[in-house]
Amino acid sequence: MAEILAVDDSRAILSMISQILQNAGHTVHAMPSGAEALEFARSQAVDLVLSDVNMPEMSGISLVAKLRRLPEYTTIPVLMVTTETADYKKQKSKTMGANGWVQKPFTEESLLAATDKMLNK
Amino acid sequence: MDVKYVNPVLDSIVNVLSMMAQMKPEAGKPRIKDGSEALGVVTGMIDFKGSGVAVSTAISFSKPVALEITKRMMHTDPQEVDEMVQDLVGEISNMMAGGAKGTLEGQGYSLDLTLPSVFTGDPHEIKHTVSGPVILLPFTTEAGDFFVELVSAEETAQIQQSG
Repeated sequence: MAEILAVDDSRAILSMISQILQNAGHTVHAMPSGAEALEFARSQAVDLVLSDVNMPEMSGISLVAKLRRLPEYTTIPVLMVTTETADYKKQKSKTMGANGWVQKPFTEESLLAATDKMLNK
Repeated sequence: MDVKYVNPVLDSIVNVLSMMAQMKPEAGKPRIKDGSEALGVVTGMIDFKGSGVAVSTAISFSKPVALEITKRMMHTDPQEVDEMVQDLVGEISNMMAGGAKGTLEGQGYSLDLTLPSVFTGDPHEIKHTVSGPVILLPFTTEAGDFFVELVSAEETAQIQQSG
């Protein structure tokens, strides 16, 4: 099972994602902001990062760019979890280093399918 | 009443609640709302703007519906509209607007979402950031009622339709 860093400024969504992933056997490090996620990442590597895009102070796209500068995070898969549908934002997040996209709203099945796909890469 | 934004919002909230809370909301007849008092006890608000249009949306839940959605999505049993319920209402408004934004972007609009805000109280006011008639979409669910509000303003010359 995997160590997953989950980032979302919504406590409710963060809790929901954590429950789904924990029930699937993963260990989840839940962070409510990009800054806290970055601080965590400086001390520990994980197998996968799931991040919201539209967050105050540090967006998910900025977070990905900063994570990619950490030696332990250059190749760790990053999934963006968001309501965002705009192609230019998807392209921007890919340019910054994201590997994939989970659209909100999501089902338990679609979230696990996306994470499994990334973890089995 | 400009209704072009109604269906994307209506379809989006039905999709959000059916997918994430296994709830099947039934839409009533849209009408123009009088006054600013919220029809629910907790309201999430979010705007989307761009392409010469600004749309202010609000989703206001009665207490039983807000608690039931939280119960189904979070697997908890809240008795009051606490911080977790409020947070979830904000995120539902975010997903509702995000889905509508995606539909409108497919029609050639280029839009950005604001961050959601949440207001509570019985009663409380809904203060839209866009001026104009408030379109009210009433919904019923197995747990009770909720209400979606939209106000739109356009600068027609700036709309960039595709195709």
